[in-house]
Amino acid sequence: MTDKSAIQIRDIDHVATSIQELQPDDVVKIRGAGEEYEVVARERIPTGHKLALRDIAQHEEILKYGEVIGMATSSIAAGCWVHVHNCRGIKARRFSGPAGSGGEGHA
Amino acid sequence: MHNTRFMGYRRPDGSIGIRNHVLIIPTVSCVNRVAMDIANKAGGVTFMHPYGCTFDAEENATTEHAYIGHGLHPNVGAVLVLSLGCETASASRVAQAIAKSGKRVETLIVQREGGSRTTGAAGIELVRGMRRELDAQPKEEADVSELLIALECGSSDAFSGLTANPAVGEAADIIVDAGGTVILSEVTEMVGAEHVLARRGKSDGIRQELLALIKRYEVDLSLSTEDDSGVFISPGNIAGGLTTIEEKSLGCIYKAGTRAITQIVGYGEAPSEKGVIIMDTPGFDIASVTGKVAGGAHMVLFTTGKGTPTGSSIAPVVKISSNNKTFRHLHEDTDISAGDVLEGTKTIAQVGREIAELVMEVANGKQAKGEYFNIQEFAIPNVSVVKKEVIHAKLAKQNDFRFMPS
Repeated sequence: MTDKSAIQIRDIDHVATSIQELQPDDVVKIRGAGEEYEVVARERIPTGHKLALRDIAQHEEILKYGEVIGMATSSIAAGCWVHVHNCRGIKARRFSGPAGSGGEGHA
Repeated sequence: MHNTRFMGYRRPDGSIGIRNHVLIIPTVSCVNRVAMDIANKAGGVTFMHPYGCTFDAEENATTEHAYIGHGLHPNVGAVLVLSLGCETASASRVAQAIAKSGKRVETLIVQREGGSRTTGAAGIELVRGMRRELDAQPKEEADVSELLIALECGSSDAFSGLTANPAVGEAADIIVDAGGTVILSEVTEMVGAEHVLARRGKSDGIRQELLALIKRYEVDLSLSTEDDSGVFISPGNIAGGLTTIEEKSLGCIYKAGTRAITQIVGYGEAPSEKGVIIMDTPGFDIASVTGKVAGGAHMVLFTTGKGTPTGSSIAPVVKISSNNKTFRHLHEDTDISAGDVLEGTKTIAQVGREIAELVMEVANGKQAKGEYFNIQEFAIPNVSVVKKEVIHAKLAKQNDFRFMPS
């Protein structure tokens, strides 16, 4: 029994955004772009974070809104969490404030 | 779109209005309440503002242009310019510029009429007369290709970029494909996604213009914000699930759908092209809406996460909530919800089609929730001396004195 779901904006997108916290093995309903379908989460994914809808190769461009939001810095399996640890913006601008400010430290 | 025709009001300059308002323009904040009294008693509309008297030439020009844009607006059939008499914004310049369109314009000056109540009584007489004239005007059939639809977001939440903005993007594509025009603004939100937007430029010229406009905001932001938020993706954004600046900006700009960008216009400037227009406005939603309405937007599609009653005195502002809870909670102020996408009962495309249908219904006279109020907000971009001083101080700290007059 599951009512976990994530929103896919365009049918060509590689990721969907979770609307609840996902746990490993959760069956996630993918909604928004067309016919609803299911993807199994492979790891914990916080609310509002992204879930890979298919396997993504290292250096592959990642699509959301039908547009490139960044590039995979490592291979990402379907159902895995897509975030700063495995996706980097093409412009690669990210806040890197002084130590202790919570900045991610990426240049 | 099932229906691409609507009944509107043809103006002497050939434009088509979806409303037939008598607008009272208070040229300075000192006469706001006189304008409000006339609007309430005589069936007119007006706006409240703190402008009209300033020694900043840029602010004065922007203020006058915004007044003129509202007076020229096709949803306005007749105008009363209400002046105090000693303000820097020129009532005669404003009245003359509006009168060129062929619509009736009257001017009252409080310091010459004999006071607020005497002026109010004279204004009520004038506006009632204008109202009677406009009520006698027959409607005329018009097409969606004549419509200018502004896109805006405010009081956003985590779902705005997931449901309401993409659904409005679908509606924008439907409107543009039917020959209509949409205006995206809030350039502060475009920083970081400039290459995504620039790709959509119709020509090299548009692409260069867009990149230059966004770069100007990036420099401004980096000089005037503490933590470079808007230029960089912040720790708070990352914790919330946003991974890159491209993703953050796309959540906002996706309201304008996917069609080619055909023109870049200045604040309050009326576009001459059809399709997707970018207007140079700040992110503050009231100043952004005011600019697009001054540029002739007939209607505003306003996405919101938490809900807001803000509107425009002359253009219907249609509110689209990102979730059903806000729709229920603020049903008096919210026209439609994209929340069914979250609940899995509708797709983004379905909600987009519903929004496009609602656009045609509102064009055809259906009252948007925000039209309950005949007196609304009005704001122009902050071009104050204070902001310039902050920027100059920062430049001076970096030994950059290019801002100093040589």
